[in-house]
Amino acid sequence: MSGFFKSSIGRKYAMALSAFFLMFFLLQHFAINILSVFNGEAFNEVSYFMGTNPLVQYILQPVLLFGVIYHFVMGFILEVKNRNARVVKYAKNNGAANSSWMSRNMIWSGLAILGFMVFHFNDFWVPEIVDKFIEGNSQVGKDYLHHVVVMFENPIRVGVYVLAFVFLSLHLLHGFNSAFQSVGANNKYTRGLKGFGKAYAILIPLGFIFIALFHHFNH
Amino acid sequence: MNLTLKIWRQKDAQSKGKMVDYKVTEISEHMSFLEMMDVLNEQLINAGEEPIAFDHDCREGICGMCSMYINGEAHGPDRGITTCQLHMRMFKDGDTITIEPFRAKAFPVLKDLVVDRSSFDRIQHAGGYISVNTSGNTQDANAIPISKHAADEAMDAATCIGCGACVASCKNSSAMLFVGAKVSQYALLPQGQVEATDRVKNMVAQMDLEGFGNCTNTGACEVECPKGISLENIARMNREFLSANIKG
Repeated sequence: MSGFFKSSIGRKYAMALSAFFLMFFLLQHFAINILSVFNGEAFNEVSYFMGTNPLVQYILQPVLLFGVIYHFVMGFILEVKNRNARVVKYAKNNGAANSSWMSRNMIWSGLAILGFMVFHFNDFWVPEIVDKFIEGNSQVGKDYLHHVVVMFENPIRVGVYVLAFVFLSLHLLHGFNSAFQSVGANNKYTRGLKGFGKAYAILIPLGFIFIALFHHFNH
Repeated sequence: MNLTLKIWRQKDAQSKGKMVDYKVTEISEHMSFLEMMDVLNEQLINAGEEPIAFDHDCREGICGMCSMYINGEAHGPDRGITTCQLHMRMFKDGDTITIEPFRAKAFPVLKDLVVDRSSFDRIQHAGGYISVNTSGNTQDANAIPISKHAADEAMDAATCIGCGACVASCKNSSAMLFVGAKVSQYALLPQGQVEATDRVKNMVAQMDLEGFGNCTNTGACEVECPKGISLENIARMNREFLSANIKG
């Protein structure tokens, strides 16, 4: 297996595996966030658990950070390599005739998501880390929901979040099924999986948009 | 019909090329695209100009030599065809048609619309073969039971003519549909099992060495392939490659 991850196919596998991990993370992030709409107390409790559980904090969180960084860095490396594989560009290229806009522009939707993540980390993750590890404040009884509500008071922030989730949806519309194809899963279940992927790529980002709008207009 | 053609002209592999405009008149809609190119070349020769170099051999959609990118698509706007099967009825009188060679670092332009696809040959040499015992005791291939499903899929993969439309259409200039088809046609049959592990590893290594890009599953190759080679072949190659690397 020494040269596996240096090969073009090995890198496809690695990109797909990091994508699977990130898509699973996104689902659990949504499952927790939606609690903030229906049950603030439960949202605070789960947030406290996620913010203080040693397994989540010291094992899953670093794995997540690695997954995010790897997916972005490898995505950019592959994009540069792919661009170098065609030195002279076509004078006329009709990409829309044979492929979707989403599949041809993963780098741009990915860059938009990367930009959003810097913004999002600054909104939620950095204050949490500062509060917990630098200032050393106790997390017991912390009102996580209050922080969410305060953040979504700003209409510009809400607008940025809505736009970011549109880009996330576009990225997932190609990325979900592409990850399965990359790991060699193209069989009789592919048709059904494509439908599921489409639903996931639309409903999850739409759900996040709903949460942001709900807190903006309800508080 | 009367047409304006914007054609890539390049003296040789070392020279810089450019797009040049030409006019052709009285083109019949029943002509094939290559016949239209013949008309243009006759016109150029009569005017004492250098004719446009383009590859062609069988003109029956089998040789895969034509390597033309027409109006932004490999082999033009029709589906499941090579350039010789593209008819002028796909265009309208007064149209401007852009004609370029297939573009990829691994397919350098030799002259005008002729590209060097020997990178595909080198990938084939790396593993696109089987060994057969020719001592006189060779088993008749027809005596080996093969399921209909596997035989059909192997035959579908084997219809790849190595034209390079997949590479030309792919935004990343990836050759994975070609290599996937070549790996699949052997991987599905018992005769291909002896070299199965080395084949996929060596062919993929050669593909990477040639400077083709990485597949991002846009599916453009499958749409533009004149023989309808499916993305399933890339998925199969990925599985074969993983399994070959696990086996060591």
